[in-house]
Amino acid sequence: MKTIVGLEIHVQLSTATKLFCGCSTDYRDDEPNTHCCPVCLALPGALPRLNRKAVEYGLKVAKALDMKVLEESEFARKNYFYPDLPKAYQITQYDKPLAVEGTVEIEDDEGHEKIVRITRVHLEEDPGRLVHVAGGSKYSLVDYNRSGIPLLEIVTEPDMRSPQEARRFLNKLRTILEYLGVFDGEREGGLRVDANISLEGSERVEVKNISSYKGVEKALTFEVTRQKNLLRRGQRVARETRHFMEGRGITTSSRSKEEEHDYRYFPEPDLRPLRVADRVATIELPELPVARKNRFMAQYGISLNHARTLTGDPKLADFYEAVAHIDPVLAATWVADTLLGELNYRDMSIAAVPADRIAELLALLRTETITDTAGVQVLREMLDACAAGKPCEPPAMIVEREGLARATGDEFTQVVEKVVAANPQAVEDYRGGKKGALNFLVGQVMKETRGRADPRELGRIVSGYIDTGGV
Amino acid sequence: MAGTLEFSPDDRYNAFITTCSTAPFTDGALAGTAIAVKDNISTAGIQTTCGSKILKGYVPPYDAYVVELLRQAGAAIVGKTNMDEFGMGTTTETSAFGPTQNPADPSRVPGGSSGGSAAAVAAGLVPMALGTDTGGSIRCPAAFCGIVGLKPTYGRVSRYGLIAYANSLEQIGPMARTVEDVSRLMSVIAWYDPRDSTMLDRPYDHRPTAEIKGLRVGIPEEYFGEGVDPRVAESVRDAIGVLEGLGAETVPVSIPGMRHALAAYYVICTSEASSNLARFDGVRYGPAVDTRKSWHEAYQDLRQEMFGTEVRRRIMLGTFALSAGYAGRYYAKAQVARRNIKEDFERAFCDADIIAGPTMPTTAFRLGEKSDPLSMYLSDILTVPANLAGIPAISVPCGKVDGLPVGLQLMGRQFEDERVVDAAYAYEQEVRA
Repeated sequence: MKTIVGLEIHVQLSTATKLFCGCSTDYRDDEPNTHCCPVCLALPGALPRLNRKAVEYGLKVAKALDMKVLEESEFARKNYFYPDLPKAYQITQYDKPLAVEGTVEIEDDEGHEKIVRITRVHLEEDPGRLVHVAGGSKYSLVDYNRSGIPLLEIVTEPDMRSPQEARRFLNKLRTILEYLGVFDGEREGGLRVDANISLEGSERVEVKNISSYKGVEKALTFEVTRQKNLLRRGQRVARETRHFMEGRGITTSSRSKEEEHDYRYFPEPDLRPLRVADRVATIELPELPVARKNRFMAQYGISLNHARTLTGDPKLADFYEAVAHIDPVLAATWVADTLLGELNYRDMSIAAVPADRIAELLALLRTETITDTAGVQVLREMLDACAAGKPCEPPAMIVEREGLARATGDEFTQVVEKVVAANPQAVEDYRGGKKGALNFLVGQVMKETRGRADPRELGRIVSGYIDTGGV
Repeated sequence: MAGTLEFSPDDRYNAFITTCSTAPFTDGALAGTAIAVKDNISTAGIQTTCGSKILKGYVPPYDAYVVELLRQAGAAIVGKTNMDEFGMGTTTETSAFGPTQNPADPSRVPGGSSGGSAAAVAAGLVPMALGTDTGGSIRCPAAFCGIVGLKPTYGRVSRYGLIAYANSLEQIGPMARTVEDVSRLMSVIAWYDPRDSTMLDRPYDHRPTAEIKGLRVGIPEEYFGEGVDPRVAESVRDAIGVLEGLGAETVPVSIPGMRHALAAYYVICTSEASSNLARFDGVRYGPAVDTRKSWHEAYQDLRQEMFGTEVRRRIMLGTFALSAGYAGRYYAKAQVARRNIKEDFERAFCDADIIAGPTMPTTAFRLGEKSDPLSMYLSDILTVPANLAGIPAISVPCGKVDGLPVGLQLMGRQFEDERVVDAAYAYEQEVRA
C-alpha cells in the first residue's frame, strides 16, 4: 500500500524587522508585548508597510528552488476570529502567491535521487501567541511579540512516499534555507509543518501542529500505522484534520466544528500588488548544497558520503573548508565522522569549536606525531573544555601534558613481554592460526599504553615477538 | 505665536462627540486656527469613537498622519465631530451619540457620514474641519449644510490613522465655508506618507485661480436622470451656466457603468467593512467579554450588543458577499463593475476636463425620514462613482431649493484635484461677487 505525503512548511524568515512594521524580530529572550507598535497590535487606523527584505528573502528561496516568480502577486486577507490574531484577519497570499512550480532533490528510501515538486511559496505574517498560565487560571494571556513576524509558507506536491522521505526532504529544505541565509534553524519555533498523508486509495488526513523535524517523521509514522490498522480492521479512514501531540507522539482528531472555516479571502486593499519578477535576475545566490557537495568531491577528492555530510549544514561546510588545507581527506574523515559524532554526543554546535585548534590537531595526526587513538583523546579534552566555556588549549600542549606523543614499538617491548606472558592461551590460539587472538593481544598492549602506538605497527611487533619465540 | 485656544462652543446641533476646552497650537500656516476632526481619525490623547459604543473611551496612543501635519502647521484641534457609526450612513443618524442637526434647518439631517464636521463648519463653530469620504461622506453633508467639501484623489492623502471602513474607497478631505479654505487645508494634509502603501508622492501645493476659460465641462446624462429632484437639477444647470459664462464649454458625456455603481459600491464597502470591523471583539475594545462564555459566543454577544443596526447589517452583507460560493457572484462581479466605471470616466475625460452634476439627488432629508435602508442607499448614487473611480470630487454650494442648500459636484481626472478646486473657486467667486 503506497503512502502519499505532501507538506506545508511555515518558516520564520530571519529578517531584522517584522513583515509590516519596524518592530524587531529578536524577541525570544524578552518580556511579552515589548516588540509591538500600532501596526502589529492592529490598533485602529494603523496600516501595513511591506518589508522589502522579506520579499528579497522570498525571491531568494524561489530562485534557489528554481521557481517561477509571478509577474504580479498579491496579498490577501484571511479572515477568522482568534484571540491571538489582533486584526481578526491574517495578511497572507492566496490565489496570486509569490512564486510557483519549483523542485527540491532528495534521496528516496533506496538511496536514489528523486525530485519533490514545490507547488508554491508565499509570504504571510505570524499571529501572536496565547500563553496559558499554569494553575488553572480562567484567563489566557496574549503575547504579540510574535505578531507580524514574516513567514514563508512552502507547499509541496504529494511527492513523498514515506515518513523517512518527508524527514529527508525537510532536512534538505532546511539546509537550503540556511545556505541562503534566510532562516535560522536554531530559533525556537522557527519552523512549523502541516502534513497531508494518505494511503493509496484512501482519504487524506491533515496533521497540524508539528513543530520539529523529528516530529514530522514521528507524526507520519504514527499515522501510517493508525491508518493501516483501520483498513486492516475493515474500517475506513475519515477525511479529517488531526493534531500532533508532540509529547505523546500521537495524533488526535480535532473537533470538526472548529475546523470548518470559511476564510472569506479577498485582496488586501491596504497593499499594492507586488511586481517583483524582474528582480529575480539581480539576486545572487550563494553556492547551494548540491553544487558545494560536487565541488567538495572534485576539489578535495573526498567521498560522496563525506561530501554529503559536510555540506548538510553550511556552518559545518565552512568549518571543513577552514581546516581542509592540512590534508583534505584526513580532515574530511575527522570532521565528518569523529568530530560530528563527538558533537552530537555532547549536543554541541559546530559554532562552539575553534577551527584553528582542530587544524593544529589535524597537523599532529598528519605528521604522525600522535596516533588516531590519542587524537580522539585530545579532541575529547578540547571539546570538554569548549563545552565548559573554558579556553581551548592547543592540542600540542595536551599531548605534552598527558604524555600522548606517539611512541615507537621498541619502547613497548616490556609491555609486550608482560602481555604475552600473562596470556598463554591467546598465544597458543594465535599459533594455532586464530587471527582474532593476535587482535586481542594487541588490544591488551594498547590498553596498557593508552593508545600511544599505532595498532598496525604493534601487530607486527607482537606477532614478531611470538614468532621468534621472544627477542 | 504658539499658544492655547480656549474652545467652548454652543454645540446646539450636536456636531461634536468630544470637545477640547483648551487646544494647544504652534506656529505655522494654520497657526491658532480651530479645526474640528471627524471622530474616525486617530488623535493621540483624545478619545476617538467612530460614533460607536464599542470604541467609547478609546484614546489612541498615536496621531493619524493628517493630524500630525495639522499640529505641525500650527492648527488647534478643538474637538472630534459626530458621524454615522463607522461612517455607515448618509445622515449622521446612526451615531451612537445621537443625531446631528442641520444648521440650515434643525429639523433636517446634516447629511453624512461627516455630518458633525459639516454642521460645525456651517454653524460657524470652526472655520475648517476634516471629514472622510467613502461613498460621498464629505460631499453629501457639504451639499446638505451649504459648505464646501473635497474628496481628494485616492492616494493623495495618507490614511494612516484613519479607522478603516472601506480601505479601497475612502479618503480624508477638507471641509470649509470657502473653496479657498478647503484648498488651504488640503495643502496642509496632502503630503506623502510612506506608511500608507496606497499613496503616490503627489503633494498638493496650490493656490486656487478663477481662470477657467476654455475648460471643457462634461455633463453626464446619468446625473440628471430618474430620482434626481428636478429643482435640484435646475439649480445645478444654472450653476453650469455660470461656468459657461466664465468661458467654459460644456460637452455631453456618459457614464453607462453607473447602472451598477450602487450595487458595486455596497458590495465592496460592506465586504471590506466586515473584515475591518472584525477586530472589535471585546478583547481589546469595548467592555470586557464575559469570560464564563466560550470565547466565540462571548464575541458574538458583545458585537450584537455594541454595534448599531446599520453596522451589523453591513457586516452581515459583507460577510455574505465574501463567502465561499458567493464571492464570485458578488465580490468579483463588483470589481468588474468598478473597473467599468473607472474606464467610463477615463473615456469621458478624453472629451472633458471636469465633469459636473448635482452632489445629491435631493436636498437634506427630515430627521427620521429615511427609515428604509434601501432608499437611503439610493441617495448615494451621484457620489459613489467618484470613490469607485478614485477621482477627485468637490461639492460647492449652488443656491437653494425651499431654503435648503444644493451642492454642485465637480469631478476631475486622477491627481487633478487642483483643477476641480479652480473650477469650484471660479464659480464661487463669480456668484459671490
